[in-house]
Amino acid sequence: MSREKTSIFSPKERILNGLLTENPTFVLMLGMCPTLATTTSAVNGVGMGLTTTIVLTLSNVIISLLRNIIPNRVRIPSFIVIIASFVTMMELLLQGFLPFLYDSLGIYIPLIVVNCIILGRAEAYASKEKVSLSFFDGLGMGLGFTVALTAIGAFRELFGAGEVFGFAVMPDSFVPITIFILAPGAFFVLAILTAIQNQVKIVGERKGKDMSKIGSGCSEDCMSCGENGGCSHKFIDTTEVKNQAKEDAE
Amino acid sequence: MGDLKDLILIGLGSALVSNVVLSQFLGLCPFLGVSKKIKTSAGMGAAVIFVITLASFVTSIIYDSLLVRFEMTFLKTIVFILVIAALVQLVEMILKKYMKSLYEALGVYLPLITTNCAVLGVALTNAQKEYNLLYSTVNGFAVAVGFTIAIIIMAGIREKMEYNDIPKAFQGMPIVLITAGLMAIAFFGFSGLL
Repeated sequence: MSREKTSIFSPKERILNGLLTENPTFVLMLGMCPTLATTTSAVNGVGMGLTTTIVLTLSNVIISLLRNIIPNRVRIPSFIVIIASFVTMMELLLQGFLPFLYDSLGIYIPLIVVNCIILGRAEAYASKEKVSLSFFDGLGMGLGFTVALTAIGAFRELFGAGEVFGFAVMPDSFVPITIFILAPGAFFVLAILTAIQNQVKIVGERKGKDMSKIGSGCSEDCMSCGENGGCSHKFIDTTEVKNQAKEDAE
Repeated sequence: MGDLKDLILIGLGSALVSNVVLSQFLGLCPFLGVSKKIKTSAGMGAAVIFVITLASFVTSIIYDSLLVRFEMTFLKTIVFILVIAALVQLVEMILKKYMKSLYEALGVYLPLITTNCAVLGVALTNAQKEYNLLYSTVNGFAVAVGFTIAIIIMAGIREKMEYNDIPKAFQGMPIVLITAGLMAIAFFGFSGLL
């Protein structure tokens, strides 16, 4: 592989891209549902992150393998079926081997299907690139997501229960701020996170850097997700269906 | 009478106590994205009520009469997501053709809802709790009403918030999320209801 190409097409770069440059949670703010709902503890964060990573990596590989076979017109439903199959497999595996995680993640395991990140990567990367790179792309993105979820989970657990990964780390005199592990705490933590992100963006723009990438994929308005590399609402391309209907009518 | 009591309890529980946005975090995208004005959020709420109720009804029929009967309940995630996606598309076409005025009111919001994890979430919850057709439909309706309540309150607050002086870093999403957190605390008050 030539030097110039390695910058865009190398496994290492893909992993770093997912972890840092395009971190799905801290930079792009995609997949907020699971981020808020499953980060009540560090263990839950790791569990959700790794489950998503496995689904994302495997679906990226399969979608990349089938990229020349799947007709363009039905690609989104096909991606969804592939993703949903892996999600179902993971759900059954968790139920069988890690029942405690299955119980605490509950409905959010099947809801991985509608995670913006997975369909977004399928659409923006795996459906165009070769298998090995798609594998590393999925792995990198998934690990980026896992790191973010674990960090948020550990933060909430630390303040909400005085523990990290179940180990008491706060002194005995610490009174847990229970709100952090309850629903409102999730909103507050995310609010702080987006405020930090805004601040980074403001400072960066003042220095004249390009900060257009940093920002909310989902939170500002859902309709822009499509341009930012895909979001779950893309799974039915209405214009396509409308064009199809028009063709049929004629 | 026992049935009616159960239905009321399910309704109150899903709409207020475990509110779909504020305690389950489902449907956050439209909640944050389309809550700038009361008028648009009411439109969004109406579309969500329509779609979730319909989707709960349809997925419940499919779950009971196909998946449970043929012992294929493990396929529910795949089946539900496809059914919901197709259903939203179908509803959009039917409305466009036969109910122009309703389409004009809801049309813009319908494609947005397909992504709404609340729709899939409700269908899966109904299946998980083994609700029958009536219970599922009522539960779906109640969840959607809960969403509408939350999004309209949020829009009301955001309209007022436009006149406030907010620190620069907190403008936009952060302040909305803090508002959502405060609303979530307020909704804890409903937990004594049941």
